[in-house]
Amino acid sequence: MGKILMKGNEAIGEAGIRAGCLNYFAYPITPQSEVAEYLSHRMPEVGGVFLQGESEVAVGYMIFGAAACGERVFTTSSSPGISLMSEAISYIAGAQCPAVFVNIMRGGPGLGGILPSQADYFQATKGGGHGDYRLLVMAPASVQEAVEMVMMAFPLAEKYRNPVMILGDGLIGQMMEPVEFPENLKSEPSKKDDWATNGMDTRKSKKRNLVKSLFLDPVKLNENNLILKEKYERMKREEVRFEPYNTDSDYRILIVSYGTMSRVCRTAIDNLKAEGIDVGMIRPQTLFPFPEDAVFQAASKKSCGMALSIEMSMGQMVEDVERCVHGKCPVKWYGKCGGEVPTPEEIMDVVRSNLS
Amino acid sequence: MQSEVMFAGFGGQGILFSAKILAHAAMEQGYEVVWIPSYGPEMRGGTAYCMVVISDRPIGSPIVRNPQHLVAMNRPSLEKFAPVVKPGGVIMINSSLVQIGSGRKDVDELRVPVTDIANEIGSVKAANIVALGAFAARSMMVDFEILTESVKAEFAGKAKLIPLNMKALERGRQAASG
Repeated sequence: MGKILMKGNEAIGEAGIRAGCLNYFAYPITPQSEVAEYLSHRMPEVGGVFLQGESEVAVGYMIFGAAACGERVFTTSSSPGISLMSEAISYIAGAQCPAVFVNIMRGGPGLGGILPSQADYFQATKGGGHGDYRLLVMAPASVQEAVEMVMMAFPLAEKYRNPVMILGDGLIGQMMEPVEFPENLKSEPSKKDDWATNGMDTRKSKKRNLVKSLFLDPVKLNENNLILKEKYERMKREEVRFEPYNTDSDYRILIVSYGTMSRVCRTAIDNLKAEGIDVGMIRPQTLFPFPEDAVFQAASKKSCGMALSIEMSMGQMVEDVERCVHGKCPVKWYGKCGGEVPTPEEIMDVVRSNLS
Repeated sequence: MQSEVMFAGFGGQGILFSAKILAHAAMEQGYEVVWIPSYGPEMRGGTAYCMVVISDRPIGSPIVRNPQHLVAMNRPSLEKFAPVVKPGGVIMINSSLVQIGSGRKDVDELRVPVTDIANEIGSVKAANIVALGAFAARSMMVDFEILTESVKAEFAGKAKLIPLNMKALERGRQAASG
């Protein structure tokens, strides 16, 4: 099948279906509303369920309910909506259910604005909801990559019985690019009989399954947290994804950037190379687990005198970059938010000013 | 080799759609393509603009400060974007609605009364396709035959509109070469 031109939001919706997910519950919010619009007519075509909740709070628990029953399920929203869902996300993680959340970020805090932003990095990677839980967070830099990450997200959520989040920004949702839906990323839903409340008749079992996040006995709650921790440690070993760029050169500055912002940086790096200035980049594709070792190795290169975290936020990922660079070189942040996307020219100026 | 065009005008003039057809044609021609709409809190009658970037290699920044070309369907769009067009680019002006020029000596300015032409052939709604035909013929950003097929493909769901839009595209091309 040839490539088709699709808007990011519509492609994300279609990717969910191609991944074998037939349950989508959501509430519209700019800049992700086209996912819901698209799936409102597409889901019935394939025999799936499209359901618009009365609020994001309700949607979060609808997702929990379907996931607890062993169904593949996903939702999409944008920053304020994800805040409202965060309570349910914590419950889903605590109860060890698989589900996929897509956040097409807009500027905050509060209602903020509707233009692209990366200001939910902390929310996605460090918590959002309460308690000791993590999300597996993937950050696409193109519509094609958004499709692939959505398709990968379902089996990963099932592998870990944990929510997976796709963290895109408004541009990923709004722009159109040619896409294809790789056949090899289609997956069969995993067997869930040993934990899901999918009905004792259907699984011909005498064992009752119980899905819950309440453990009043402190020993049991500690045990549950240890199980979760083991899963997050396993993610760190098995799921780290990143893309290096121009790291074979003797770069004096290392950029760490993700999503749309990393594409702007790539253009800046190409232009600077033409001027004789080498800059390397690590683009994290997973934000949790963060590519700790890759950033450390890249910052440890002899030629490298500085690491720059470039983000559409007031400095969030920079804390992970600092942690991973481990003092090998100075770490600085550059960014803008509120919907302002720094241009390649601005990034070039930042690099030049840090070299002189 | 990368080139960009900004389509700009009133909301409701079909700015996003004509830009999408161009992007579609570029994709069919084998280019990498990005289509980026303005998606502010806008409404019919407000401003709408849309950038199409095409390249023979993966496209880095989807945000381009200085596009190579501009299609200005109304005066505010021309005033806003004419100063940022790269030297040597095409600035296509809808002269039915815009009486002023770009004020640029270093660009290829093309004035086409696309709204009048569209009215003449039967529907003001086809003005965007007249503009697309004129712009594509002048800039040669995409192959015109492939563009023609892309217009048909994009109107496949409303096939009865294809003849009108074929005429619109052709009249645009004639105006650009006339």
